[in-house]
Amino acid sequence: MPGNTQPNPDTAPEAAIELAGVNKWYGTFHVLKDINLSVQSGEKVVICGPSGSGKSTVVRCINRLEEHQKGTIRVDGIELTNDPQSVAAIRSEVGMVFQQFNLFPHLTVLENLTLGPIKARGMSKAEAEAKAMHYLERVHIPDQAHKRPGQLSGGQQQRVAIARSLCMEPKVLLFDEPTSALDPEMISEVLDVMVELAEEGMTMVVVTHEMGFARKVADQMVFMDAGEIVEQGPPEEFFGSPRSPRCQKFLSQILQH
Amino acid sequence: MNKTLILLLPLLALAGCSSSSTWGWYVINPLTPSGWVNVKFLISGMGDTILISVIAAAASIILGLIVALPGLAKSRGWRMVNRIYVEFIRSIPLLPMLFWVFYGLPIIFREMGMNVPIDPFWGAIITLALSDSAFTAEIYRAGIQSIAKGQTEAAQTIGLNYLQTMRYVILPQAIRRILPPLANQFIYIVKMSAFASVIGMQELTRRANELVVSEYRPLEIYTLLILEYLVLVLIISAGVRWLERRMGSDERG
Repeated sequence: MPGNTQPNPDTAPEAAIELAGVNKWYGTFHVLKDINLSVQSGEKVVICGPSGSGKSTVVRCINRLEEHQKGTIRVDGIELTNDPQSVAAIRSEVGMVFQQFNLFPHLTVLENLTLGPIKARGMSKAEAEAKAMHYLERVHIPDQAHKRPGQLSGGQQQRVAIARSLCMEPKVLLFDEPTSALDPEMISEVLDVMVELAEEGMTMVVVTHEMGFARKVADQMVFMDAGEIVEQGPPEEFFGSPRSPRCQKFLSQILQH
Repeated sequence: MNKTLILLLPLLALAGCSSSSTWGWYVINPLTPSGWVNVKFLISGMGDTILISVIAAAASIILGLIVALPGLAKSRGWRMVNRIYVEFIRSIPLLPMLFWVFYGLPIIFREMGMNVPIDPFWGAIITLALSDSAFTAEIYRAGIQSIAKGQTEAAQTIGLNYLQTMRYVILPQAIRRILPPLANQFIYIVKMSAFASVIGMQELTRRANELVVSEYRPLEIYTLLILEYLVLVLIISAGVRWLERRMGSDERG
């Protein structure tokens, strides 16, 4: 892997997330092409684009669920390298919410929430449970604490997943299509929680097709197609006067209904 | 099952009708004093058969997991270690391996300046555990791979390291899928423990052989021997079903 792996002290003030010239290949298939993206602390970025455009891959690269092969990714000033310590340091700052929730089915809701704090952070059980209950209240389901994920609705499961990542007190939350696996009537309960988080100042990167949500919370819109960022800008501009034909076409297709 | 019985019955009848030998069930008739002595002698091998099987199975369960983990690694080198172990161990028939461990291994120890005697008991356990571990490793690998990748990813994003992810997230879920095939392997170990008789371990099979030599009643004595294994295996099967039910209700719980 070429490139300088030393953190550069001259790049202050730090963005919360900084992607510079990020490239990724699956074999010979070029999935990410020169991605440049800067997310300031407290900023909300919504990434959209057709399926296969690489938007999930960008988010998954930020916490090393996927490896990038060229370019630099920095989170809170820490450069993401192959060094397990840098990976661990970045993961401790970054929370992630998945399309398929990925809750642990053999544990109760409360145990799902306390596992990370107790095992990875060495927190006492009582303290971790108090914190877990606090975040369950924030996602409005404290009464489900002792059930297993399989007994909850999809919307409730996704809110538990959000609470689980909040329990690690991340500086940044990544959402990878958080409402795509939900029945329509459950989408709004999850989006409401995400809007509340945004209003409280959480730094968020959200991959979603929910354009109503994007209009409401996004500071920056990113449109990706075929592995590259095609258009990027504040939502008024993005929705009002998209410049590229690809973005115009995409928006007209998803805003049709 | 029924077909086997139908085939077996005429054979038994034939054995009974032949002029040179007649039924001799008296040798294992527990109601006569000498028959009772014989039955006691045969059944008292149960302890060693069970002990050898249980220790070998426990060792194989641990060894199998240790062998399985490199097989799940990203690096090709680690996966190679797993493949070589599994392919190599799996290809050795049990009896040659038993001879190698019992007669050969002590020489290696002696050459290395260590005085580690291997008696029939431990020789049998080492052989069974080694031979079974290749199969156990494959069972673990399949079970762990059957757990969705998202579980590992979720565990990583909440800061768990590799061992914690295995211990708290993957293995508790995989164990329900691993348990039934592991139980099969335990039954296999119980049956293969009969080979320990060859190196002089006085377990069920050895005792039957010894009694046949003195009483010359192979049909009756080996029939009892088969029934002894049958009872053992039935008990294990019942135990596994109980365990599965308990774990199943846990998941719904």
